[in-house]
Amino acid sequence: MGANNHHESFPWKHVVGFVLSLVLTFAALWVALSSGLTAKAIIGVIVIFAIIQASLQLFMFMHMTESDSGKIQTINMAYAFFIAIVVVAGSVWTMSFVL
Amino acid sequence: MAEAAHRYDETMPLEYRTEESRLNILGFWIFLGAEVALFATLFATYLVLFQRTGSGPTAKDLFEVKDVLIETLLLLTSSFTCGLAIFEMRRNRLSGLLTWLLVTLLLGAGFITFEIREFIHYVHEGATMQTSAFLSSFFVLVGTHGAHVSLGIGWMILIIIQLLQRGFTPRTARKVFIVSLYWHFLDVVWIFIFTLVYLTGMVI
Repeated sequence: MGANNHHESFPWKHVVGFVLSLVLTFAALWVALSSGLTAKAIIGVIVIFAIIQASLQLFMFMHMTESDSGKIQTINMAYAFFIAIVVVAGSVWTMSFVL
Repeated sequence: MAEAAHRYDETMPLEYRTEESRLNILGFWIFLGAEVALFATLFATYLVLFQRTGSGPTAKDLFEVKDVLIETLLLLTSSFTCGLAIFEMRRNRLSGLLTWLLVTLLLGAGFITFEIREFIHYVHEGATMQTSAFLSSFFVLVGTHGAHVSLGIGWMILIIIQLLQRGFTPRTARKVFIVSLYWHFLDVVWIFIFTLVYLTGMVI
């Protein structure tokens, strides 16, 4: 089994991804509840934390870039997130004139 | 052995050893892209409507840090243990794979239990789907995610049964890998629910 010869014996990538996710979760919680920033600043910071944490899942847990399809998989997800940002930010922005 | 299949034999993990499996995995990534679009519409609806609480409770009245944090940690840890399952699969350890899949299932079941309890608690406080636009969009968004987790639990149980019957084959390995992609994706969606629904709701 060629694939297993150079396989690590301890899941470092997963452990690092998990610890960073925990740190980002508690950091977001602290920023939201006790940092004393303005609501706008809080939302900006916690959304950035969320994007970093989602990227950790995609790259460190889901192995998005591996295999011969890695490039297509990455472009596909990048496009999906582009659509998501257009739909969400676009809706909120448009409706901010109405509500 | 066919040439195309041979290309993947030496360097790739078991789940990529055939052209068909590689394409199945690529196809599942494209499905996940469509799922991102689906959840984006639900997030958009929620974020447009969440301050329209009518005479019902607001997000600030309703959400409790402790419950949300427990759900978040359960799902995040289950995503980690699911990653460990794939790690064990790639080391050819069936028992390790099965153990971590079972841990993942238990954590997922724990998540769903807490979420159902949270929903029941809200309904008892008079916050139902019919109460306000905020609560309609809240229950649809978070409920759709919960339905996905429930489906994932059933799916994973079926995969475990197949593993017990057939052991490691390129086919079962590919199926395990795809269910792991689905499970990690559920945590990706939850990160945004945690941030944009719960944390944002407690701030504004």
